Amino acid sequence: MEYADIIHRCFRCGYCKFTREYQDFNCPTYRKFWFETYSPGGRMWLLRAWLNGEVQSSKRMAEIFYSCVTCGNCVEHCALDFRDNLVDIFVAARGEMVEKGLVLPPVRDYLKNIRIHGNPYKEPQQERARWADGLGIEQYAGQEYLLYIGCVGSYDERGTKIARAVASVLKKTGLSAGILGNKEPCDGNEVRLLGESELFQEMARQNITMFKELGVKKIVTLSPHSYNAFKNEYRELDGNFEVLHYTEALNRLVEEGKVSFSGLNETVTYHDPCYLGRHNDVFDAPRNILRAIPGLALAEMSKIKKNALCCGGGGGNFFTDIIGSGEGAPGRDRIREALETGAKAVATACPQCAKMLEDAAKAEGVEDRIKVMDIAEIVEAAGMRTAAD
Amino acid sequence: MARIYEALAEIVGKEYISDQAEELFIYSRDPGTMDPKKPDYVVLPRTTEEVQAVIHLANREKVPVVPLGGGLALSGLSRPLKAGIVLDMKRMNKILEVNEKSRYVVVEAGVSQGMLQAYLKKNYPHLKHSIPDSPPAATIAGNVLIHGSGHLSQATGFHSEMLNGMEVVLPTGEICKVGSCSATPYWFSRAPLPDLAGLFLGWHGTTGVVTKLAIKLYPNPALKDVMIFLTENPDHMPDILFKVTGTEMVEDLNVSATQLPDYMEGLQLTLIYVTANTSDELAFKERTIRETLRSYIDEKEGGFMVVPTFAKGRFLEAPLREMTKFSDTKKGGGFEYVGAIMPIELFPKAYRKGVEIAAKYDTPYSMAIRIIGRAHCMMFAYAYAFNRADENDRKNAQRALHESNTVALEMGGIPWKAEEPAQQLILKQMNPETIKLMNKIRAVLDPNGIMNPGNWEVR
Repeated sequence: MEYADIIHRCFRCGYCKFTREYQDFNCPTYRKFWFETYSPGGRMWLLRAWLNGEVQSSKRMAEIFYSCVTCGNCVEHCALDFRDNLVDIFVAARGEMVEKGLVLPPVRDYLKNIRIHGNPYKEPQQERARWADGLGIEQYAGQEYLLYIGCVGSYDERGTKIARAVASVLKKTGLSAGILGNKEPCDGNEVRLLGESELFQEMARQNITMFKELGVKKIVTLSPHSYNAFKNEYRELDGNFEVLHYTEALNRLVEEGKVSFSGLNETVTYHDPCYLGRHNDVFDAPRNILRAIPGLALAEMSKIKKNALCCGGGGGNFFTDIIGSGEGAPGRDRIREALETGAKAVATACPQCAKMLEDAAKAEGVEDRIKVMDIAEIVEAAGMRTAAD
Repeated sequence: MARIYEALAEIVGKEYISDQAEELFIYSRDPGTMDPKKPDYVVLPRTTEEVQAVIHLANREKVPVVPLGGGLALSGLSRPLKAGIVLDMKRMNKILEVNEKSRYVVVEAGVSQGMLQAYLKKNYPHLKHSIPDSPPAATIAGNVLIHGSGHLSQATGFHSEMLNGMEVVLPTGEICKVGSCSATPYWFSRAPLPDLAGLFLGWHGTTGVVTKLAIKLYPNPALKDVMIFLTENPDHMPDILFKVTGTEMVEDLNVSATQLPDYMEGLQLTLIYVTANTSDELAFKERTIRETLRSYIDEKEGGFMVVPTFAKGRFLEAPLREMTKFSDTKKGGGFEYVGAIMPIELFPKAYRKGVEIAAKYDTPYSMAIRIIGRAHCMMFAYAYAFNRADENDRKNAQRALHESNTVALEMGGIPWKAEEPAQQLILKQMNPETIKLMNKIRAVLDPNGIMNPGNWEVR
């Protein structure tokens, strides 16, 4: 297995479980399960034992590895030199499980659906652009940007609402962008994270070829997960596109004074999506947009940016839900943290986070106390104005 | 077995018990060199009452119980030597009370050093507790119970001396309070009552399960600095430590001596931590300390190192992340140390023995010394990094540690948080009447012998 030569170097000191200032455990699975096995260090030691034959393959072993949300908190806070490889090591372990046929049914189903249907929802490809009905969004035909929506934005009930908001906002700004519509493929980010690296590479190469043939140079994404795949993983496969998350594109226009807002009298807190924040260092763009809205008060949670707690949907868990629900579910913890700020809305910039947090608010019974909104939805509610207005 | 599992699941909830191979593997070992010992069950209690119910069950079923805090003692103390139930206490993680004026905090036994540190920083920035250099996942309770030490130990002694009181589930299941909390609503002190805390301190979990405890807090001055005094002759160290502590101006005092990197070989670095509320106060203290060591400077026997500002951060960090990085010395993920408690006049001998033992086991020497209570004694650590992937290297470090324990005892020191084999070394030279007393106490407290059996037992 890749990285097999370094997994023994974990001392299991536990820095990886915390935030930088140690105020709380911040590894979502450790917080949920409380067994050391579900901590990054526990996984490292178990992985070595598994590869050495000291523990055997089991359903629990698969649960321990597939419950990891790949949020990168461990990478951020590990005290040792191999920290950058931690998530990669856990993904490589999943790869071993895929190869040996040891994955759990939800993981198997996800990968099967991608292979057969091209999306995890088992929806027909010709329905992929239904989210855009009536919006008048242009098809991509050489515009400056390809607006990439992704599977969640295309098919998920909550995701499609966010996709509509993002596309509408960008359209109104006059950004030169087009979508692929029913031709849009899955980006493969979760396929890679679930351990199917060969399938991911196959998908990525096809997508890169398609994008190049269409003359795509710049991509703006709805989802941080797509953003991560295009920006970091496609590059290694010769897919060198300029990639922006939509909040970065919008923030540029805010900074240039090309868009402004009527205002919104609301106290809002912001949840950092892991694949936008910790994995890609985009912390300021979404916050700058919120701060530019007159009347909006940004109330930060105690754990933000590199110390933000994951919603629980990363690493494929949005689809597989191996980490599971219950009072200790990361999304519910995060909603409780959001409530502590006194905010009436929690903003995020990821359709997966939005759905996870919205479900968590319902499970906590607080959906009437706090709304979950994408930045684009807040921007719409705040009455975005452009030069044309 | 199924009956015990079901009963434990009934007590803590089925999510918080495991008899699965994965948990039994992880909970059979710690990051040190000791051989693994497998538990039968791992249980994560949430309340004192759940701990009590587990203890009652263990008595009925005659199953051993081993309490676990952060699991970072490194000497294998939380390995279940005779199997049974490992009680991982980390779900009991509430900070219950801070008494600001009397400067103490009451916490549950699973509260980590890191969480208390962050909590005080946010809510009571003028107060702090003594932070050990173990990683932040180490628990307050675990460190107090092993007689740990930390950043305020030079000024105030072992962490066990900072204990004000505790709640303990006795081996027979009674919930008992010790200290002022046994008679009043306050947790201010162990005095003036009979000091029953000694029944639980240093016993490695063989006399009960501590579920709550109160520790002292201390003022947190606004400024902190480190001065580093360099010497090349260990014979000077007792006098240097005596003089520096004599100034009454030092918060923390450590000595570091390592063979790597090469240019550090043969040096002793005395790290002198000074705190103050104003820059004038800090300057005065540092000037006084410099003057105290003037003779060594004049005779060219020592000098203060110029520590660039960029380098100070890693010395001033609490806890020191550098300590964890030592585990990566051999790119092997392992280290353990013998931290022998001994009088400071033994420094030169202890130092030379450390160099000798390391050479014998073909490993670079690395020694770290923390001064306890104004040089009333010191914790002299012989640290050995090892490669976890190399069984021979792990065994080599284990042998080096055992020899270090032996030598520490021969010199007149006592191994701290001693591994089970080192406990045997200590017991071998302990006063027989003391051993009898220990056995009597255990027989009374724990008639069924369920609490962490195999520790502090005369073979």
